[in-house]
Amino acid sequence: MSASRRPPPARPLPLWADVIVLPLVNIALAFIVVGIIVAIIGVDPLRALRLLVVGAVGSPQSIGYTLYYATNFAFTGLAVAVAFHAGLFNIGGEGQAYIGGLGCGLAVLAFDGVLPAWLLIPVAIAAAALFGAAWAAVPAWLQAWRGSHIVITTIMFNFVASALMVYLMVNVLIAPGSMTPQSRTFGPAAQLPALMGSALNLSIVLALACCVGVWIFLWHTSWGYALRTIGHNPAAAVYAGTNLRRMTMLAMCLSGALAGFVGVNELLGVQHRLLLDFQAGYGFAGIAVALMGRNHPLGVALAALLFGALQQGGAEMSFDIPEITREMVVVIQGLVILFSGALEHLPRPWLQALLARRP
Amino acid sequence: MQALTPAELAREGTGPAIELRAIDKSFGSVHAVRAVSLDIDRGAVVGIVGENGAGKSTLMSILYGLYRADGGEILIGGKPVQMDSPRDAIAHGIGMVHQHFMLIDSFTVLENLVLGAEGGLLLAGGMVAARAELDRLGREYGLTVDPDALVADLSVGEQQRVEILKVLFRGARILILDEPSAVLTPQETDRLFRILAALKEHGVTVVLITHKLREIMAVTDSVYVMRQGEVVARRATRDTGLAELAELMVGRKVRLHMDKSAPRPGTVLLRAEHLSLVDSRGVRLLDDIGFELRAGEIVGIAGVSGNGQTELLQILSGIRPPSGGQLEVCGRAIDVAHPGDPAEMRALGVAHVPEDRLRQGMVAAFAASETAILGYHEETPFSHNHLLDNPAVGAHCAGLMERFDVRPPSPALRSSSFSGGNQQKLVLAREMAHAPRVLLVGQPTRGVDIGAIEFIHRELIKSRDAGCAVLIVSVELDEILSLADRILVMFAGRIVGEVDGAAADERRIGLMMAGGQSALAGAA
Repeated sequence: MSASRRPPPARPLPLWADVIVLPLVNIALAFIVVGIIVAIIGVDPLRALRLLVVGAVGSPQSIGYTLYYATNFAFTGLAVAVAFHAGLFNIGGEGQAYIGGLGCGLAVLAFDGVLPAWLLIPVAIAAAALFGAAWAAVPAWLQAWRGSHIVITTIMFNFVASALMVYLMVNVLIAPGSMTPQSRTFGPAAQLPALMGSALNLSIVLALACCVGVWIFLWHTSWGYALRTIGHNPAAAVYAGTNLRRMTMLAMCLSGALAGFVGVNELLGVQHRLLLDFQAGYGFAGIAVALMGRNHPLGVALAALLFGALQQGGAEMSFDIPEITREMVVVIQGLVILFSGALEHLPRPWLQALLARRP
Repeated sequence: MQALTPAELAREGTGPAIELRAIDKSFGSVHAVRAVSLDIDRGAVVGIVGENGAGKSTLMSILYGLYRADGGEILIGGKPVQMDSPRDAIAHGIGMVHQHFMLIDSFTVLENLVLGAEGGLLLAGGMVAARAELDRLGREYGLTVDPDALVADLSVGEQQRVEILKVLFRGARILILDEPSAVLTPQETDRLFRILAALKEHGVTVVLITHKLREIMAVTDSVYVMRQGEVVARRATRDTGLAELAELMVGRKVRLHMDKSAPRPGTVLLRAEHLSLVDSRGVRLLDDIGFELRAGEIVGIAGVSGNGQTELLQILSGIRPPSGGQLEVCGRAIDVAHPGDPAEMRALGVAHVPEDRLRQGMVAAFAASETAILGYHEETPFSHNHLLDNPAVGAHCAGLMERFDVRPPSPALRSSSFSGGNQQKLVLAREMAHAPRVLLVGQPTRGVDIGAIEFIHRELIKSRDAGCAVLIVSVELDEILSLADRILVMFAGRIVGEVDGAAADERRIGLMMAGGQSALAGAA
């Protein structure tokens, strides 16, 4: 037997390449594929791209809409990231956002005639967090005490949430005399003022506060430390005396509360009533946002901005180019998610080889 | 070899079944196998014994194609062969039964058997043939297992039989068994030996890797002894005995000399009485463990790994509750009804350096400073009202690194970037930093270079002299001998002997470790 020779192991990427260059390469790859598809349906890809960019950031109003969408993506992205740091893959953001919204709406419907705005809005926000957390707590409990897999239970809870909301809206919360399953309009005290002539509202401040709060929690508190320990090395966490069950509950409740804040942005900020499907899609997109943002609050904020821009720009683009339908926009978003999420590590070896060639 | 047809005999030829010539293998700076040459005779049961880390398993993994040797040659039936993967080994008629079974729990025995040899797109044909073959193998070798039982429902001994069947089913004529009895009850072990005898009768060559000398004496024809990566002896089993093998295995190594004063044992800080542990499968891992640990003494637990030391440490540190018996630690009584937990034990003054520092003692992805507060992260000055004081954490780590000479002294560096020795120093520094009353240390110097070993040993003795009760679990007998004031020997989940540290006789302890103490009277 001759001595075996193996290529030296690839050096890991430097931080700047991992955090900045790799996501940019991923997005560029996604846009190249999008460009090819757009060209196939007979539209000039450059024109489409220009419309997309202008649609997203071309005017104060479009920037406002981009930020409004980004607010939702930030909430669900943070929700996924917090659970991820505890080693839990929470894909129930959809349901947690839905039920969080329910909590928010119920609080407003109960108190908007009684409480002043400065008290009502914090109560509604707290209710959103509480309901979102409670919806996440059930799968967390099942995982911690019964070993039911969190991925299975959280996704099933999305359907349960959906069915529950339909029942409540149709049978219980529907406004008297209404033909559509919507609650009555919230009182003025519960309506967050719109900014920049768009759907943007003060919820974005809450989203920014959540980004900072998650950062402080994860890296500057002993609870965050314990939470990251169970995610990175459960055996070491047991050795350290951390209660795995309690930390699992804590992580999932925080995650659910963050997802629940989607309800604040949508109901207090835009719809001003409780209705069906206001959360549609944001919970799942949060997974891609967290992946792209490397589960760091700053990264999540940047990824949320990108997703917000895609959402807003995509809508404008389909408005101006009839060939690009609403479904086509979803395809484009899907490709970006595919390349930055599922195929995240695709260009990594190329980048490593490129950097290794330099002295 | 009466079961072989003449054609088979002609194909297999005569001479050794396997010849290894100057096999060499290093992992980084560790020279695991040094120029090993050995012959495995056809149709014989050959034992390979040695302490943990002697290179037995590495050598067999090379033979089975799991690792590639850095140098040397493998000959099967006299012809040199290239082993690049287990596939090559299987093609040459070599099969390996691993210590940890490679079975799919939710498949039936038959399904496991045909895995990788399904015999075509449609399962049915292959399954019928496999069932017939299983039946034949079962009758010939006494390897009876219900083909339709789920593997998860089988006992450990039966699972092992499935592993052996799997290997035979692939047409193996040479069988490598890696520590086959490690997980078996004595009855199951006896049954395994009867199976091995039947295999031998049918001309199958068996290589048995073990550190249990009695098994060697019971079933093998010849035995190789390995020590520190080298073959140090070959003996015909009938010409040797337990005592000689134990001596060869342990070797007359120069004893690391540690200057230490006589111990001054104080009050009893830890007392175990009739401790036992039974796992979920009903296997008794610890049995009637009783000992005392006093302030100001070092007690060493010697034993070949897998004889209950890991589980004992888990119970003493509160990670696992005992199934029976009582434990008293610094005044706190722990039993089945009142289990402890690691945080509580730490609060009582019990520090624990775990055996497996990478898996338990640190978080690889964390900065060194974060690893340096693992388990103490709720304590001042590291956190106030649950807010981490990161500068204080960094300063604490820098202090530990300076005192224990951890290199490089960078608290912000990822824990996994440090070498094994420096990781160990960091973990030890963390546990010693809080002036514990009881210090439990598992494998104090596993994977640690010689300079760091001396440093760690000196720190442990310093800690003892400061009045700490120190318990050391190590598979390195040398280490136990140079540090311990009293030595307890563990075998098969029991404490089988206690020896005074100053008067310890290496050979005698080696024999106890190998479970041969009953034969001691005859050998001495």
